[in-house]
Amino acid sequence: MSKLHIQTVVNGEPSEFLCSADETLLSALRNGLGLTGTKEGCGTGDCGACSVIVDDRLVASCLVLAAEAQGRSITTIEGVASGTTLHPLQKAFLQEAALQCGVCTPGFIVAAKALLDVNPAPKEEEVRYWLAGNLCRCTGYDKIVRAVLDAAAEMRSAQA
Amino acid sequence: MQTTRYEAPGTIADALGVIAANPGAMVLAGGTDLLVQYQSGTRRPSAFVDVKRIPELMRITADADGVTIGAAVPAAEIGAHPAIKAWWPGLVDGVHLIGSTQIQGRSSIGGNLCNASPAADSVCALIVSRAVAIIAGPSGQREVPVEKFAVAPGRTVLAPGELLVSVRLAKPAAHTGDGYQRLIPRTEMDIAVASAAVSLTLGADGVCSAARVAIGAVAPTALVVADAAAALVGSRIDADALKKAAAAASAAASPIDDKRGTTAYRRQVVGVLTRRVALIAADRAKER
Repeated sequence: MSKLHIQTVVNGEPSEFLCSADETLLSALRNGLGLTGTKEGCGTGDCGACSVIVDDRLVASCLVLAAEAQGRSITTIEGVASGTTLHPLQKAFLQEAALQCGVCTPGFIVAAKALLDVNPAPKEEEVRYWLAGNLCRCTGYDKIVRAVLDAAAEMRSAQA
Repeated sequence: MQTTRYEAPGTIADALGVIAANPGAMVLAGGTDLLVQYQSGTRRPSAFVDVKRIPELMRITADADGVTIGAAVPAAEIGAHPAIKAWWPGLVDGVHLIGSTQIQGRSSIGGNLCNASPAADSVCALIVSRAVAIIAGPSGQREVPVEKFAVAPGRTVLAPGELLVSVRLAKPAAHTGDGYQRLIPRTEMDIAVASAAVSLTLGADGVCSAARVAIGAVAPTALVVADAAAALVGSRIDADALKKAAAAASAAASPIDDKRGTTAYRRQVVGVLTRRVALIAADRAKER
């Protein structure tokens, strides 16, 4: 069967790729577009490693068909920094050493960005619930939650 | 191997045409069940019919009489809708328990209904608020009360060629409150071992004038428990009425015995949840 031609916007840039009908968005991002920052963990929507933002909504890209991206706007981990300037979340993750192996980190940062986009001053409990679908198997969650709270505070003071 | 097609019709009529033309096609809303089933090989549709380009399935419309929720509207949007938050906080309780933030960005009540899991978190709350499923098909539109939508685990009243379009909720009477709770072994990201929803209306004297109770994950489908509702009606939601409602919910349950909970445990817990949720619903009824 012929491939589908999908036109979309990825990290602010018009982008197109070919995919099969049953290919996931995760696969299209990694294999079609070479954006390998988005990771595959479980492949069943449980771990959050493949988190991306589609039209302002946080989703697991392993449970989105690539063809569904037609006309949508997608933000991946590659679109979080501004050029060579890291996003406050990325700086905070480094500062707090909120990562070890790093496989979960892109998903955590994209998910945390989606939270701060709608709630610039989350409480710790809100951060923990929001990130309940992002699993980390080595760092533990305290440093990650602290990094998100630090980044939120940093972003608020930059706004003030 | 059979190849799967992807179709994204823009109207209900086109969707019905695509479904009719592709035997074995399956409707794709949020994909949080279907794509997992596809990846594991348990479902092999001839086509994915993505219904998220159809306006009626993707919008919430509120008017003076109630709210119509498109079958494919994501849980996150339902939980943030002002009229739904005001009138059916129990439904918001339910959709906020479906998976993670990522899952709630995609999962829909249409999917929750059509997947027909007895543990579906949005369904008990829809049932107690007398939600009606609006179904389009080759011979026109029909309506089915949500409590009759699932007929067995994984099976619904939908006939081949039909499409669930939306769910309609009539605005509740004054001083009506609802709630939903489930038990899982951890705080987030699990499937209900048992669950309960209650909607009740309080009179000016604080006496319950109407009630509905539904329980989930303790039978092949979610169940309406009329005896539990009857125990609440005429009471001030006092300890005696709550005890009777809990006993009625436990008696109505016919749970399975599996690694996530024994029959006896589920039976007891569903009573506890019914009692707790009735208190939440009563508190909310007082506020409205």
